[in-house]
Amino acid sequence: MNAPRRKLKVATASLAGCFGCHMSLLDIDERLFALLELVELDRSPLTDKKHCGPCDLGLIEGGLCNAENVEVLREFRRSCKVLVAVGACAVNGGLPAQRNHLDVRDCLKAVYPVVPNDPELPLPLDKVHPLSDVVRIDYFLPGCPPPAEALWQFLTDLLHGRTPQLGHGLIHYD
Amino acid sequence: MTPAALHALLEKHRHDPTRLVQILREAQDVAGWISPPLITEVAGHLGVPRARVEGVAGFYSFFATQPRGEYRVLFSDDITDRFHGSERLRLDLCSQLGVEPGKLRADGRVSVGVTSCTGLCEQGPALLVNEHAIPRLDDARIAQVAELIATRHPLREWPAELFVVDDSIELRGWLLGASVAPGEALGHALALSPDAFLEQLAKSKLRGRGGAGFSTADKWRSAKQAPGPTRFVVCNADEGEPGTFKDRVLLRRQLDLVLDGMTACAWTIGAQRGFVYLRGEYRFLEAPIEAALAARRKAKLLGRDVLGHRGFDFDVELHLGAGAYVCGEESALLESLEGRRGIPRNRPPYPVTNGYLHQPTVVNNVETFASVALIALHGGDAFAAVGTPKSSGTRVHSVSGDCAKPGLYELPMGATVRALLDACGAVEPQAVQVGGPSGVLLSPREFDRRLCFEDVPSAGAFVVFGPERDLLDVVVNYAHFFAHESCGFCTPCRVGTTLLERSLDAIDAGRGTRRDVKEALRLSRMLRDSSHCGLGHTACNPFLSLYEKFKPTLERRLSSLDFVPTFDVDEALAAAREVTGRDDVKAHLEDV
Repeated sequence: MNAPRRKLKVATASLAGCFGCHMSLLDIDERLFALLELVELDRSPLTDKKHCGPCDLGLIEGGLCNAENVEVLREFRRSCKVLVAVGACAVNGGLPAQRNHLDVRDCLKAVYPVVPNDPELPLPLDKVHPLSDVVRIDYFLPGCPPPAEALWQFLTDLLHGRTPQLGHGLIHYD
Repeated sequence: MTPAALHALLEKHRHDPTRLVQILREAQDVAGWISPPLITEVAGHLGVPRARVEGVAGFYSFFATQPRGEYRVLFSDDITDRFHGSERLRLDLCSQLGVEPGKLRADGRVSVGVTSCTGLCEQGPALLVNEHAIPRLDDARIAQVAELIATRHPLREWPAELFVVDDSIELRGWLLGASVAPGEALGHALALSPDAFLEQLAKSKLRGRGGAGFSTADKWRSAKQAPGPTRFVVCNADEGEPGTFKDRVLLRRQLDLVLDGMTACAWTIGAQRGFVYLRGEYRFLEAPIEAALAARRKAKLLGRDVLGHRGFDFDVELHLGAGAYVCGEESALLESLEGRRGIPRNRPPYPVTNGYLHQPTVVNNVETFASVALIALHGGDAFAAVGTPKSSGTRVHSVSGDCAKPGLYELPMGATVRALLDACGAVEPQAVQVGGPSGVLLSPREFDRRLCFEDVPSAGAFVVFGPERDLLDVVVNYAHFFAHESCGFCTPCRVGTTLLERSLDAIDAGRGTRRDVKEALRLSRMLRDSSHCGLGHTACNPFLSLYEKFKPTLERRLSSLDFVPTFDVDEALAAAREVTGRDDVKAHLEDV
């Protein structure tokens, strides 16, 4: 097996998503130990690091719904050699993109009696976008969420230097 | 629509569900649009599921399932219309009428949108108002149309000169120049036995003019030999390929040759019924064709015992399409004739064995049937003597775009591209699109190639692009055309044509990168390999031709060789800035 010579640095993030893809990653269960033999986690909800250092691989779930999402995504693109859009929202915008036929101004006014203007709050984009609209994405991993088996297959392929390939049963489009 | 009116309409169509497209078209003429209660009524009376009627109503562009106003104006959106300023004229009309493009005006009276090429390319820009064509648009005509709509002039009282369509014949051959009495060619055919006429047809080496170039004699023989209680003859006059308008003129000038050819076909294969499937955009031909059919019935050229041949009964019905390019594909056309959505069938079986109502059916193009009449008149050998060894006879080319004399040119098969360019007065053309968007884009290096089945086959369209044109505009226009006309049945085409459109739009908007080009190439392969019918297989041709032959034209429009966002990220925050009143540093994103 063409195993990497050193542990690969991996960062993960959830943008306009539901953390379901991260949950699916945890669903690889005991193989997490095998995975941790191969990788070292950088910025990730699992490490609570706030910024991303130079990484071999970035996994992003969720699409882009606000300015902060765009900034995080750009940081990942600057830091990661390989960037993967994980799950339906990252690939296509997914469920959050259902607001795209509404005017974001109307949405805000409908939700807040007084629309907050605190600079700490990220401003929403007028439409929800897939990641590939803003940065170059190297791989797309479809599914809502991609099943644990698919994540495992994909990651082990990638970590061992094989071009990732998902068989029929591993692609869930719904 | 009153119950009595609907009843009379259904009575006229014998409550026949295969006539559903015609029923909906005529009901819409009366009711203005096809409302949900109307759909329920029609379905109930015809005894078909409501979903089927709604499915048909939703499929065709010219059927409105929402109120569309008294006046529905659709500008032809072919690239040649755009060359002649259709975009500006459309926006002018919108502002004169106070309508938002593509939307119904608040008073519900008028809407202004676009439709695919209306087949008036040599006298564009053109528009359709309630499916009636108005060519040669200019500022004066737009002002006139705006005035007529503003004053609510009923359409039938509009000045007739607005609707005059020219025939634009520039070069006549023996087809466009033929001057024979109705039935004369048919008389020659019927003097021979069906087998003997089929032999003449085989000798003529005639190949279908619709684009695929299949041997007409072989097609007829297969239909003749196929088992079945009855047989049909269908004339494909759904001339939807952008840039093609020869059938429009043939149906007006040489209609009797076409009908002679159809009747000769019925004689040869043993058919009793025939159809002319006319595209909805050519509605102005409906009355003249109906009149010609009536005249032929009177002259015993149609009906019982045609020309006194006992037992040879044949009649032709006219069917109008309703704005669907895909119905030019023969099996989709048959579906539409049977009153369904125009979705191409699986092939095989082919129409020659399983055509209309799954009976043996010959489907030929207008020009093919007219050529059959010439063969009846002059004999198979004389026909084969014209043209090239594998492409006999002449070809009628529809020439439009940047040339001095757009119009119809009939040349022997095998004429060079250059010969046609010289004839139409094209000055320094940078490219020619032959055969419409699904055909091929030729660069000057290829102008000595010959227009025939051996070299550059063509369905008849010939669009010239002068030195000032940006060919990317052309390819983007064609990509929009295919995305709009995809019937939606198979996923590769439904999704692929739209993704291809988006990639090309990004390049056109100056946000394209090499990655978009790569993506478009990947999509093109996917369309070609996995689409259900020819629409998807050929939808990538314009882009592939551009990539292969005019790569710098494409590349100079790329904004970066790496990546740029597909939208302006800072601009995307403007709405939220407005409603929060913020303008701080964090309320902005760099457009990097």
